[in-house]
Amino acid sequence: MTASTARAEAVERAFRDERAGVLATLIRQVGGFQLAEDALQDAFVEAVKVWERSGVPASPRAWLITTARRRAIDRLRHDRSLADRARRLARLKEMDDRDDDREEPPMDEHGRGSAVLDDRLRLIFTCCHPALGPEARVALTLRTVGGLTTGEIARAFLVAEPTMGKRIVRAKRKIAEAHIPYRVPPDSELPERVRGVLRVVYLIFNEGYAATGGDRLVRGELCGEAIRLGRLLAELMPDEAEVWGLLALMLLHEARRRARVDADGRWVGLEDQDRSQWDRAALDEGRTALDRALRRRRPGPYQVEAAITALHVEGLEAGSTDWAQIADLYGQLVALRPSAVVRLNHAAAVGFAAGPAAGLALLEPLLADPALERYPSLHSTHADLRRRLGDPTGAAAAYDRAIALTGNEVERAELRRRRGSLSGVSKS
Amino acid sequence: MSRYMLLLYAPEVDETEAAKRWAEMPLWDQVTDSLREAGYWVSNSALAEPDTATTVRVRDDEVELTDGPFAVTKEILVGYYLLECPDLDAALDAAARLPLARYGSVEIRPLWEAPGS
Repeated sequence: MTASTARAEAVERAFRDERAGVLATLIRQVGGFQLAEDALQDAFVEAVKVWERSGVPASPRAWLITTARRRAIDRLRHDRSLADRARRLARLKEMDDRDDDREEPPMDEHGRGSAVLDDRLRLIFTCCHPALGPEARVALTLRTVGGLTTGEIARAFLVAEPTMGKRIVRAKRKIAEAHIPYRVPPDSELPERVRGVLRVVYLIFNEGYAATGGDRLVRGELCGEAIRLGRLLAELMPDEAEVWGLLALMLLHEARRRARVDADGRWVGLEDQDRSQWDRAALDEGRTALDRALRRRRPGPYQVEAAITALHVEGLEAGSTDWAQIADLYGQLVALRPSAVVRLNHAAAVGFAAGPAAGLALLEPLLADPALERYPSLHSTHADLRRRLGDPTGAAAAYDRAIALTGNEVERAELRRRRGSLSGVSKS
Repeated sequence: MSRYMLLLYAPEVDETEAAKRWAEMPLWDQVTDSLREAGYWVSNSALAEPDTATTVRVRDDEVELTDGPFAVTKEILVGYYLLECPDLDAALDAAARLPLARYGSVEIRPLWEAPGS
């Protein structure tokens, strides 16, 4: 490898690996997202020229921060429209005189970790601030923490690039003009704010996971991005059990994402998946993350969901599923996050663990729930329970309802097969 | 420090409900006092009934007056707080402590700052 390609690679690597961390520190130092981004862009342009001439500095991060800070000073001197110019200029010049381009003492009054880690947390918590709309939180997190381009985010969320651009600009403007603080929330607010951050990450994951059709590949990259964010959060907040729980949940799903669809692009149920398609490394990492979560002994919904997913995977590998434990975990999940779908899954698991009568007792109240009325799984689960109870007429009616509601061809064929196997019922 | 206008909206209510709201006055005083002690308080007031409002527009140099509030909505503007505090989180915290937040809505608007100031 020639020296110049090595340098080109070093610049590229610095772009990729250092961008979010450097940006996180710069936002704090220059006091704003837009100025920090512009100044960092200037610094990267300069890095390409200077590193080519005099080699890659020992600490690219420190070099980028010092250079970007000076470019920010230039911009503040020349752009009169920037808010709070005088005060920001004075602060930056003082920093530059001290040249404390490496690590300053942590500014967080809670004294968490090193300054570098704290800056990254500040960035994440600010991007996920509850005063920003959910779509803005997702877009801003992907742009600034994930380093995706506006175009990439727009394609992944199926919106026009200018629309996504406006969304990100508006979010940054609100942070600046409403003075959303750039900080890690105080302990009293931390649990709620961590939950908010995890929701953003899981939203990104689900957007990629639920993707169907021709754009599946582009949107599937969101799963990888969400997992990268999950790993970063686990590094920054290793004591938060739910952070590990969410990382485990995402990895255990991601490990099987490719196997969900067969060669013809059709959806494949969990029990029929080609297990050689599963990503073993992701499964292992997911199980390790789950262990770490459970060791902290602070249960939460993501951990419970991850534990259920791990048991399903284990059951498929072992050839027999521990339904009693799964039913028990769904019971915990109902207590933690009582949604209609969670209640339905609980009823189904109890149906396998303790018999169809016990499952039906939990499912019957849900039949009147308007949130589930058009949900095919409610009716197919109902049908399976009635079939196993020896009520073919009730089962047939429920299968018919499920068949009418499902949009999935493979699932519909399977439901028809089950309905056809009922004895003593007229074919519909 | 930044300045925020907290705009207080509440649904119109009958007399019994209004009496209940007035009975909460000590709670309001508590919040207002704590904002004064924190150095955040600039001013606050309840507003008179919306039917006492007059809306002014000048169009083509003609002054148009409308008898009544700017917009007729289910929730009406009933009062305001003007606060000066470090950041949005402090303003959000104050807003959530106002008794009205439980039955009405508080809109927080930063006051406009001149660029380069």
